Amino acid sequence: MTATNQHAGVGVQFHDLHRWYGRVHALDGLSIDIAPGELVALLGPSGCGKTTALRALGGLDELDGGTILVDGKDITNVPASRRGMGIVFQAYSLFPNMTTIDNVGYGLRLRGVGKDERRKRAGAMLELVGLSKQADRYPFQMSGGQQQRVALARALAIEPTVLLLDEPLSALDAKVRRQLREEIRRIQIAVGTTTLFVTHDQEEALALGDRVGVMSAGRLEQIAPPAELYDRPATAFVAEFVGLTNRLKGVAADGTVEVLGVRVPLLEGSAGPGPVTALVRPESVKLAPEDGAAARVLAVSFLGSLGRVQVRLPDGDLVVAQVEAADVSGFTAGTAVRVSVVPAPIFAVAG
Amino acid sequence: MTFSPSAPLGAAPPDTPLAVPFKGSGRRRRRSRFHSVSRVAILVVVLGYLVLPLVAMLEFSTRGDYGSRSLDSFAAIFSYPDLIDGITTSLGIAVLTVFGMLILLVPTMIWTVVRVPRMRRVVEFLCLLPLAIPAIVIVVGIAPIYQFMGQHLGTIGGSPLTLALINIILVLPFAYRAIDAGLRGVDVATLADAARSLGAGWPRAILQVIFPNIRSGVLAASVLAVALVLGEYTISSLLSFNTLQVVIYGLGKRDAYVSVAVSLAALVFAFVLLIIITRFAPGARSRAQSGAEEEPAT
Repeated sequence: MTATNQHAGVGVQFHDLHRWYGRVHALDGLSIDIAPGELVALLGPSGCGKTTALRALGGLDELDGGTILVDGKDITNVPASRRGMGIVFQAYSLFPNMTTIDNVGYGLRLRGVGKDERRKRAGAMLELVGLSKQADRYPFQMSGGQQQRVALARALAIEPTVLLLDEPLSALDAKVRRQLREEIRRIQIAVGTTTLFVTHDQEEALALGDRVGVMSAGRLEQIAPPAELYDRPATAFVAEFVGLTNRLKGVAADGTVEVLGVRVPLLEGSAGPGPVTALVRPESVKLAPEDGAAARVLAVSFLGSLGRVQVRLPDGDLVVAQVEAADVSGFTAGTAVRVSVVPAPIFAVAG
Repeated sequence: MTFSPSAPLGAAPPDTPLAVPFKGSGRRRRRSRFHSVSRVAILVVVLGYLVLPLVAMLEFSTRGDYGSRSLDSFAAIFSYPDLIDGITTSLGIAVLTVFGMLILLVPTMIWTVVRVPRMRRVVEFLCLLPLAIPAIVIVVGIAPIYQFMGQHLGTIGGSPLTLALINIILVLPFAYRAIDAGLRGVDVATLADAARSLGAGWPRAILQVIFPNIRSGVLAASVLAVALVLGEYTISSLLSFNTLQVVIYGLGKRDAYVSVAVSLAALVFAFVLLIIITRFAPGARSRAQSGAEEEPAT
């Protein structure tokens, strides 16, 4: 490790950001506080405004309203070139006319750093991302994963105030994506730069973020540490967007809901009282083979470390249950099973 | 005379070698032979069509006394001061046209792509317009302006170099196409964003990052502009400026040999320019290789 935690991150505040694209309200009063050194992942479906928020922070898009504070200073009207933020883009963004080392050193060159010093510092950054041997290659001679690492090194070389990652992994294949994801986290912790990571991949967001913000239609639905977001969604949108959910009929009363014969506590913000749709995670659904039970297994998929079993309930509804890999063999299509739920708090929506 | 800048491009050899030993049934072999014969025939006809006039020019301009060969006509070029003036004028116009066109078009097109993509269509339409307007119409429309410049702007206003202004308009359609091809080859918007985030203002982002990556398109546009200026006759003649083509035409009436020699020399000059530029241009490097190499395990 060559880079050290020499410059602690700075805090970032979004305050009531607004942005219109024609009639589309891309940012609708977005406010977020990012703590110094924190990695916040913004998650949401495409068009939810997450990339707009990132570009606004980077100075690449203008705002129609609101203010952005970095380290307590209002930078809303500072041009991108003077914000000193490192950005890694979704599309490959290395300069095709420059070698790897020149790409990484470009920001330093603009800052008037001499040639030798530039090469040294850019070289150290390349070492950080594990690409020292590629220093004199051109972008077109490297794989997509390598190009994104170089882009990360280039963004970090300027010792950015804030690191912005705009879906940097989405153009890569699954294996490289997971590997690079962990590397980004390792490097971010090492350099300690405050980071905003934008993605539409919830696994990525949950794996990377100190906190994950879920956006929808230009608004922040919820921002919370990954486990809290997953276990205690604040809104119906978050409950349905993050993780897999079964929609099961239930009856709510007194802060609880009865689902599949089990009384389960309801999370704050849930619908009720009366008939509701309970959102139940596959891992909260319990299956037990039982002769004469009314539910039937429809299909079983083995996913290596775990299995998923699709079951048809007596009323015709489908439910997906997650089972241990070792138990997968106990279920085959047609098996009669008893279905119940774990009494962990869940979210319910109207209807 | 005018010449076509596309001539050397049109004479490119076919992509398949002609003498490939074919295996397979006799019928297929016969058909292949028919194909290769027709290919050669087409090549010969096209090349002949393009090269024959040049060969004829060379034959004519090197005729000496009593059936001998001599380069007197080429040497005589330098004994006509009008001709030298015409050449320097045309080259001057060409240089000004290229610079004017680049200054006008490159930033505009980059700005359009990066900031206002919905205007791309409009810019394209405006740039293609000169193709739809006959030269004579342009001259009639623009003559009063040149008259005004000649009367009120002193020597600069009356200089033939002002023809560059009109030539810039004439080369727009060709230059637009060439630069547009260059711009489509790279993700200009993302490159500009990356450069700006690293601390480059717009001028630097354009000059250091975008421009080098559309260089081949810019070079192609410049070559086309030079070729067009060196071949432009109608407008110079109607506005009574003595450019190369106008002088060549006038000379053709007095000394046909020298006239043809100069024409040929101008053609060769354009070819040489084209070859030099295509050699030194970076060319279309393959950037579509991402993912070709596997990620090293780290």
